[in-house]
Amino acid sequence: MRGVVKTFGSTRALDGLDLQVTPGEVHGFLGPNGSGKSTAIRVLLGLLRSQGGTARLLGGDPWHDTAVLHRRLAYVPGEVNLWPGLTGGEVIDLLGRLRGGLDEKRRRDLLERFELDPTKKGRAYSKGNRQKVALVAALASDVELYMFDEPTSGLDPLMESFFQESVDQLRERGRTVLLSSHILAEVERLCDRVTIIRSGRTVESGTLSDLRHLTSTSVVAEVERRGDAATGLGGLAGVEALVAEGDRVRFEVETASLDAAMRVLVGAGIRSLTTQPPSLEDLFLRHYGERIEASET
Amino acid sequence: MTGTWTLVRAYLRRDRFFVLWWWIGGVLLYWSQAVSVIGLYATQAEFDRAADYMGANPAFIALAGPARALNTVGGQVTWQASAFGAILAGLMSMFLIGRHTRAEEESGRDELVRSTVVGRQAPLAAAVIVAAAANLVLGIAVALSLVAVPLAAADSFGLGLGLTATGWVFTATALIAAQLSSSTRAMYGIAGVVIAASYVLRAVGDVGNPVFTWLSPIGWYQAMYPFSGLRWWPLLLLLAAAAIAALVAVALLSRRDIGSGLLSSRAGPARAGGVLGGHGFRGGLGLAWRLHRGTMLGWMLGMFLVGLSYGSIGNDVEQLLGDSDFARDFMIQGTADLIDGFYATAALMLALGASGYAISSVLRPGAEEVVGHTELLVATDLSRRAWLAGHVAMTVVGTVMVLGVSGLGLGLGNALVTGAGDAVGRYFWLGLAYVPAVLALAAVARLLFGLAPGQVSLAWLPLVLAVVVMLFSTVLRIPQWVQNLSPFEHLALVPAESLSWSAVLAVGLVATLVSFAGQLAFWRRDIG
Repeated sequence: MRGVVKTFGSTRALDGLDLQVTPGEVHGFLGPNGSGKSTAIRVLLGLLRSQGGTARLLGGDPWHDTAVLHRRLAYVPGEVNLWPGLTGGEVIDLLGRLRGGLDEKRRRDLLERFELDPTKKGRAYSKGNRQKVALVAALASDVELYMFDEPTSGLDPLMESFFQESVDQLRERGRTVLLSSHILAEVERLCDRVTIIRSGRTVESGTLSDLRHLTSTSVVAEVERRGDAATGLGGLAGVEALVAEGDRVRFEVETASLDAAMRVLVGAGIRSLTTQPPSLEDLFLRHYGERIEASET
Repeated sequence: MTGTWTLVRAYLRRDRFFVLWWWIGGVLLYWSQAVSVIGLYATQAEFDRAADYMGANPAFIALAGPARALNTVGGQVTWQASAFGAILAGLMSMFLIGRHTRAEEESGRDELVRSTVVGRQAPLAAAVIVAAAANLVLGIAVALSLVAVPLAAADSFGLGLGLTATGWVFTATALIAAQLSSSTRAMYGIAGVVIAASYVLRAVGDVGNPVFTWLSPIGWYQAMYPFSGLRWWPLLLLLAAAAIAALVAVALLSRRDIGSGLLSSRAGPARAGGVLGGHGFRGGLGLAWRLHRGTMLGWMLGMFLVGLSYGSIGNDVEQLLGDSDFARDFMIQGTADLIDGFYATAALMLALGASGYAISSVLRPGAEEVVGHTELLVATDLSRRAWLAGHVAMTVVGTVMVLGVSGLGLGLGNALVTGAGDAVGRYFWLGLAYVPAVLALAAVARLLFGLAPGQVSLAWLPLVLAVVVMLFSTVLRIPQWVQNLSPFEHLALVPAESLSWSAVLAVGLVATLVSFAGQLAFWRRDIG
């Protein structure tokens, strides 16, 4: 997707969104609630018509070539609503057949692993179980591209980890996965590359290590010669929020200056060292936090 | 019981328009009978003659109730309105109880309410209070409308308060149904069967063994004999039954968990049958059939029974109508042959009824879209065209079926009463003759669905227009161009007029084009 625009009345849901997913990767699509993730996915599915920019899906046009494209993908919406009168098993079969068939063995395995009772009627399922029905239907069909819109929002941690295993298996089989989420740990655990959006616009895109360059590692160290450490670190570019108290120093360091900072600490004699790797949480906060502040001042 | 009155206030706020329509409907049912009977017969002798014919027809008695004092206005109102009034009060009570008990539990809103300072019995008590009050207002309003006609006050209040008490019985049985079932649908199913069984029991009892009548609350209501020797003691039976059933419901509530029913929901098949799924159009059709079939079969059964009851009036039309010009104008739409004219009117009414199925079937895919089913489906290999085509097919097939069986009912009813077997052949196709007009109304709905899915409920307006044109075109002097907007105006009034194939084809063509335009618009718009 390049520069895609979609408006609903006066709201600009997508405001020049760029999103590129390369075949064979697990791509994380990250953004807060209402940032346009679901809208972007619906444009890719040909449910919504984009009003500007270009969108290509598996080499085709998502609006015109739906019939051909949908044979090659499976989709799980964020909010799964099932037919009250159809059982879970019937829905799985229905969606599978509409996708052109599903793998019987995998269907059995998935039902068992997800501990899903396929004889219950749609109205009797809880939110998590409705989601499982849609997940089983998608994972049991063998397609090139899997699109999950906040797939684990109703799942318990055990099911969540089983979902993660399933995504790993898809990656091993060389399938492409687009996974939208606001759960950072999940994206961190699963994704090769990440696109972050906010207010319908791409803020950042790249591999996790690319993105980590933008963030800093927080370090807490106990050293023998605190004075040496404090003066050394104080003179380094890329070190922020330096606090020295007792024989401990605490600071944030950019990835580029990490090596230099460590040398300073070694020179001061390290007794203990705790580092916190940059998480997407920080990334998220930095981006959204900073932009919000910038726009407010 | 803490919080009951707070809940009552909240329910009344939610229900004010809902109950208003039921009250208007109930009052119109009774009051319009009185007014129309007064205008119908010119002399008492004529009235006596018509009453004798009506009272001697077992089909009418089965339909309405015991024939008493039919040659008086009050007797006519009681006879024509009480059984249907009881059903109306029963349905109002059922929906009121359902939406405040089972539906609230199913949606989870009940949980939110119960987490506040609210007694265990409070939501149920509040629902009962609201339903009981709604029935009381209904009964008093009916009574007052009849007093205003004017009819005898004591009997009017007997008829009205009997209706209230019957509604209370159905309130209490609906309450039991809400404890038994675990879904709103199942609850309406159980409560609806209780109402239907009450109606059928009294029908069987009124024409056969009276014991059956005494098993039905509607039978007790009619045993009060308003306007024909009013007696109050059957009212006690109704009040006692309502109280006992309500106590049973309260006892059941304390035995079950909130959110579940005493009857657990049945498990279904683990695998989909051959109908569901498949490639292209077949995939859309299979699912559409599965979603529409219940409604379609229900409409077919209902419309067949309505057709049967019209048909069973048989050839007694002449005696029933008497010499009143108004009745003739209305009932036979100004045609020459009385019996053919009556059946033409009956077929037209059946067609207007069947339009209800057609329009609601068009609204179904819209409802699917709103809850997100369409998104789930169209993201598979099923194209949006094939998805919609399945629903379009069910509208067309269902309309043909509903109109077909209603005409069949008309013919069969006539044949059963007159003994003339050829009546089936003469009348069964009358419903089918209106297929193009009904589909034209459906097509307007389809166009709205394609162009303005948010405003799709406007699709009922053309049906309202068609009904108004049929009933009041002469009374209200509706200009011809407005009448021409109704597709029914362009078709021949069969069998009083001969079938015009060119009109059938023309209306059918317009319906096809408009429906297609709606589909085309849907293909091009956003989903969701």
